[in-house]
Order: sequence, then C-alpha cells, then structure tokens
Amino acid sequence: MRGVSELEVGKSNLPAESELELGLGLSLGGGAWKERGRILTAKDFPSVGSKRSAESSSHQGASPPRSSQVVGWPPIGLHRMNSLVNNQAMKAARAEEGDGEKKVVKNDELKDVSMKVNAKVQGLGFVKVNMDGVGIGRKVDMRAHSSYENLAQTLEEMFFGMTGTTCREKVKPLRLLDGSSDFVLTYEDKEGDWMLVGDVPWRMFINSVKRLRIMGTSEASGLAPRRQEQKDRQRNNPV
Amino acid sequence: MNYFPDEVIEHVFDFVVSHKDRNSISLVCKSWYKIERCSRKEVFIGNCYAINPERLIGRFPCLKSLTLKGKPHFADFNLVPHEWGGFVLPWIEALARSRVGLEELRLKRMVVTDESLELLSRSFANFKSLVLVSCEGFTTDGLASIAANCRQLRELDLQENEIDDHRGQWLNCFPDSCTTLTSLNFACLKGETNVAALERLVARSPNLKSLKLNRAVPLDALARLMSCAPQLVDLGVGSYENEPDPESFAKLMTAIEKCISLRSLSGFLEVAPLCLPAFYPICQNLISLNLSYAAEIQGNHLIKLIQLCKRLQRLWILDSIGDKGLVVVADTCKELQELRVFPSDVHGEEDNNAAVTEVGLVAISAGCPKLHSILYFCKQMTNAALIAVAKNCPNFIRFRLCILEPHKPDHITSQSLDEGFGAIVQACKGLRRLSVSGLLTDQVFLYIGMYAEQLEMLSIAFAGDTDKGMLYVLNGCKKMRKLEIRDSPFGNAALLADVGRYETMRSLWMSSCEVTLGGCKRLAQNSPRLNVEIINENENNRMEQNEEDEREKVDKLYLYRTVVGTRKDAPPYVRIL
Repeated sequence: MRGVSELEVGKSNLPAESELELGLGLSLGGGAWKERGRILTAKDFPSVGSKRSAESSSHQGASPPRSSQVVGWPPIGLHRMNSLVNNQAMKAARAEEGDGEKKVVKNDELKDVSMKVNAKVQGLGFVKVNMDGVGIGRKVDMRAHSSYENLAQTLEEMFFGMTGTTCREKVKPLRLLDGSSDFVLTYEDKEGDWMLVGDVPWRMFINSVKRLRIMGTSEASGLAPRRQEQKDRQRNNPV
Repeated sequence: MNYFPDEVIEHVFDFVVSHKDRNSISLVCKSWYKIERCSRKEVFIGNCYAINPERLIGRFPCLKSLTLKGKPHFADFNLVPHEWGGFVLPWIEALARSRVGLEELRLKRMVVTDESLELLSRSFANFKSLVLVSCEGFTTDGLASIAANCRQLRELDLQENEIDDHRGQWLNCFPDSCTTLTSLNFACLKGETNVAALERLVARSPNLKSLKLNRAVPLDALARLMSCAPQLVDLGVGSYENEPDPESFAKLMTAIEKCISLRSLSGFLEVAPLCLPAFYPICQNLISLNLSYAAEIQGNHLIKLIQLCKRLQRLWILDSIGDKGLVVVADTCKELQELRVFPSDVHGEEDNNAAVTEVGLVAISAGCPKLHSILYFCKQMTNAALIAVAKNCPNFIRFRLCILEPHKPDHITSQSLDEGFGAIVQACKGLRRLSVSGLLTDQVFLYIGMYAEQLEMLSIAFAGDTDKGMLYVLNGCKKMRKLEIRDSPFGNAALLADVGRYETMRSLWMSSCEVTLGGCKRLAQNSPRLNVEIINENENNRMEQNEEDEREKVDKLYLYRTVVGTRKDAPPYVRIL
C-alpha cells in the first residue's frame, strides 16, 4: 500500500468514547513546515473522540473532526499525497542547505544538488511496519520522527492494543530498544538485509530503512549480535 | 434470424466496439452469442473477483486486450489494508497456459509482482501494450524483463504506481532492435534514471508520441530528448528545482519550439517558475495541461501560462491558482471540458487566502460552456453557488465536490448543502458520477434518488441522518453500479431492504457506518451470487473472543456480485460470510 498522511487506526480494546485517534500534525502550506510533524493523539483534542462520537458531537455544536484527524481524508490518492509531502520536505532540505543553491549552477553542480536533495528525500517517507502475530501491517512516517526513542514510542502506541490484553490491565511497555522485552525491532535496509534497529546513527538509519518488523526475541536470535555481545561480555567478566 | 453467413455478421460486429453494446449483442440469440464471443478482442473486467481466468478464456478465446481492476476505489485513500487481494499472477498464469495471443494488458489497483511481469514478458510473442495504474508489488527488475523480452512493445505506461526502484539499468534492457515504442511513461519511478540509455532509446523510436519522465531527468537532458523527438504529442516533464542558466534555457526553448505536435503537457514535479516560459511557444496548441504536482509554482506564474492556452480542454491544477486564477481560466479556456482542482495544503491548517472557494467554481461554470467533468477540492461552499453552477452547466457527467472539512455547512447561511446538491442533480440529467461533501441530511439523498436517473457511481462521506438516506438512493437510482459510503449513519435496515438490488451493481462499500455483523450475515445468507467481505481492524482480538457479538458494528463492508463464489486468496483479516 502506498503511504498516507495519517497512521491507520485500530479499534483497540479501549471503550468507544476514548478511541485512540492518531494523526500527523503536518502543516504543509506556504513554507511553514516546522522541523518535523508531530504525532497528535486523542489527548490533543479532548472534544473530539472517536470518528463516531464526532458525528453526534457535531450535531450538538461541538467542534467537528478536523480534516487532518480522519483516516483516508481528504480523499486524495496516496501517490499524490506523498508527492505533496515530499515537495515540502525538499523545500525544507533546500532551505537547510542555504540560499547558495538557488543561484544559477552549472550542469554538473545541478546534478549533484538534485541527487543530494533526492537522496535526502528518498530515504524518508512511509515505511511498512509488521508485528509478529498481528495480521494487519501499519505504516509509519519516518519524517515525523527525530530519534529512535521517538520511533519506538510511536510503534508502542500503534501496536498497544495488539498484545491481547484488555485496557483494564496495565500493559507493560514493549521496550523495543533496550532488549528487555519479548520483542525486538528490526528493519530491512536498502540491500535487503535485516538488521537490528539502533546500531547506526539515526540519520543513516532513516536513509536506508525500507521496512520495519517487530519480531519475537526467539526469532531474532539470528540477528542479535548486540544482545549476544552483551551476554558474552557478561560471561567474560565474571563477577 | 440469420440471413447472412456468420462472417458477414462478424464483420458487422467489428464496428461495435463498446463493451456495453457487445454485451447486449451477445444476449440477442444463441448464434449471435457464439459469433460475438469468438470475435471479441477486448474484454473489460471491472472487478477481478467477479469472474475467474478460466471462464474468461473459455468464453473469449480470441481475446487480445484485457483490462482488469482489483481493489475497491477507497483503497486509494488507504482504507483497504495490505494484502487484501487483487493479484494478477493467476490471470497471467492462466492466459500463458492457454492459447490466447495477448497483446494488451491494462491493470488498475492490482498487485503485480516481478514474477508476473517476467511471465508476461515471456509468454506472448505479440505483446504490445502494458498499462499499470495505481498498482504495487513490483520493482524495476520486473520492468527490465518487459523491456528485454517484449519484442513488439509499443506502450509502457506506468501511472501512479508504487514501484520499488532498484536503480538498475532497466532502460538499458530495451534491445537496440527495439524501435517500435509509441508511448513510454515512467513518471512515478522515484530513483535515478540512466539518461544516456533513455536518450538512445528515444532516438531510435521514431513513432514515439508520448513520453513522461520522472523527476530524475535533468533539464539539459530534456532539451536533448525533445530535440530528437519533435513528433511528441504528449510530454511529461521531470523536475527542475533550480533556475536554469541562460544557455540551457535557450537550448530548451529551441527544442520546445520545434515540437509543434505537442498537445498535452504534464509532470513539473518540482519546477522553478522560470522554466515555464520556455513552454510559452506551444501553449496555444495544448489541449491538456496537468500542473497538479507543481506545488511550488505560485498563482501568478500559473496564470501567465494558462492565459496562452486558449484551446485547453483538460486542466488539472492545484488550488494555489486561487479564485483569481480560475476567473482567468474561465475567460481564456472556452473549450474546457474537464477541470480538476487539488488541494496544495492537505491538512487545511494554514489559513490560506489563496485557495479556491465557491467563487472560482461559479466563475468556471459561467465561463466554460463545454464543461462536463469536475473534481473540486475547497474549504467552503454555499447553496447559492451550487444552484448557480447547476443553472450555468446542466451538462455535467461527473461532479465531484470535496469540502475539506467534514460536515461543513453553507458558510454564509449555516444550513446544510442539501439544496445545492439537489439543484445539481435536478439540472444535470446526464449525471453519471457524483461525490458529495459538507453538511448533508437525508434530504439530499431524497433529491438524488428522485432526479439522478443516470447516476452510476456515488461517493458519500460524513453525510445523512438515518437509513432513509441510503434507501432513497437504492430505490431511486436504477442505474447505480458503484456505491461507496464512509462515516455515515446507515445501518442494517438500509442494507437489507432490497438484497436482490446488489446483483445489479458491481459493488457496495460501507466503512465506519452502522451496519452490524448480524446484518451482514443475514445479507450473505440469501445471496449466493454476492461475496460479502468484512474487514475488522483488530482481528487478533476477535479471534480471542469466544462468542461473536452480532450486534458488533462492522468496520468495513465490501460486497460485490460474482459468478465464481468465494475467493480463495483473502488474507486472514478479511472474513467472507
């Protein structure tokens, strides 16, 4: 599936009135792209709960759901949506590089710049995320995250309701990054190899990540050099 | 009935081209059915799950061109999860096994793999044309097999697909002996392009009429390409985010001036505004212009370009053109038939004074007498404007209005937009496709059911009050083929009122409505020739529940008529009742 500007929402086990609604707060008009979009949650919009309650609330005169909060709305093809968002990212990237690029450049320089900017943008965008045991994959916007912790938090929220527990129980966080939970976060890079997330600098990671997968730790043993190293170190340094 | 030998009848049938008409012919009598089926060259299948490849081949053994559509329309807006279906491989495998001499394949919203493309390229010696629209699942490796193996290839048209770009050398895979290309469109490819290979390919394709480049083709290459293909009719330009130097600009302008056959221009994925004037010389010849990806061009640059396009019939543009710009379009483009205005600020968070409003829409309707198709995204609308539009333009065939904010009323009177849309359906007697938005009650559906007699496709979002709304539509619009509804309060009563109706339609989509599992089960029980598919987001939780709650609302319902029963390739989260 192509990328989308909102994260797909699952109807979790939470009661209907507090359905988690995730939307990306991207402001796209007239160069007002801030450093990154922010993941909005239902907490940001207390008057707007689920899509259904939004309808009844609108009849009561409460604020109707904003266009940005609803999945698949406005009805713009994903290809077009991605292109628009990419445009903004490129504008921001160019702005970062400084005004020098706007001057007239020779052909070679033109190619360099366009390749550099393309490279910056190509690494970004929506990547599919699958979690073992969960049938439906999601998509996450890499552009909207600034760090591994950020990303892990989003993924935890996304797959929160998928661990088979009800909302009444306190669910322990997935803790995808520190190797202490039942799951690890892995990714497929440009070369098609599956690696553990967290080993390379963030910028390098988002430029090479193609897909994410939340794997059970038992399965991940083939790729767990980091954890193995930790264990080895522990073994080699007897207390 | 048959006073003529079969060959004569067949010859007469050759002049009947439309699918509808050929379908009608085949119903006249057994012998016409037989003659028609053996002579049919082009087959259109609007839903790939309505029929299977074996029956297709059995009935139309001489078919040369196949069009297949897979996922429902709302898949474009990410409402259909991954791996839902629409796989083309079984079709290609079956055709390859048979003796069908396939020459053309057109796919929309289907999952295409490199394996399918490879098989396709090796199985049909006369294969000429591949058109993929909104498909996914393949990479440039698949394109390389098509390039390398299809010796008779004329058309490779890739529109808005999601293609994994391995940045390989697929363009190099066209053999030197390949000189038959008439159409090459790879605008949706995201990676770098081997420009030298592309230039050589274009140079040896004297019949090339349509060329659409991706963002990686630089300006100087564009000039060289146009110089060796002055016969181009349809050009998609790449992206030029820097201002060109005077020399490059001059070369480009010279090349463009020679392209006197150019009628259609698109692309401009990113473009520095100063590149546009290079195209001024050919604007007077243009009948189609697509600037809807050119997010960086401001209204005034767009206006300068459009003022020169007096023969324009089709215009796709961003709302950055503003109402002012639409007034210019209305004054200039008297031949305009189709207009699409897309939002440039998709989340509506900027207070964008330059976006379009009801004023632009009314201006267009008043100025362009031939207008018959419109897709218009805007932030506000009024009943008065819609009533004026209906009066100015009773010839609409397609009317799609999308007010960005759900439930938004008439911004002057604060009333619902029932009367406005009512005026549209009442005036436009030939209306075949309609999308409604804004604040709407059951009343608008009463009007639609009453007046929209030719309506074939209706898209509803955040509208209506009760089941009556949906019932008005189902009872009134006898020609309805595709009905898609989201976030509207229609439930079981409407769904179940006339189950037989759905066999006269291609499909029904309902998501985030009030239909329940119980209602869907009852619907499926009495309908062997309907596939009733349910998609619930949290299928894990469902499986853990011991009892099924029939009162549980269904997230997504997709039902469609079929003569081949339940499909076998559905993923686990799709439940077919």
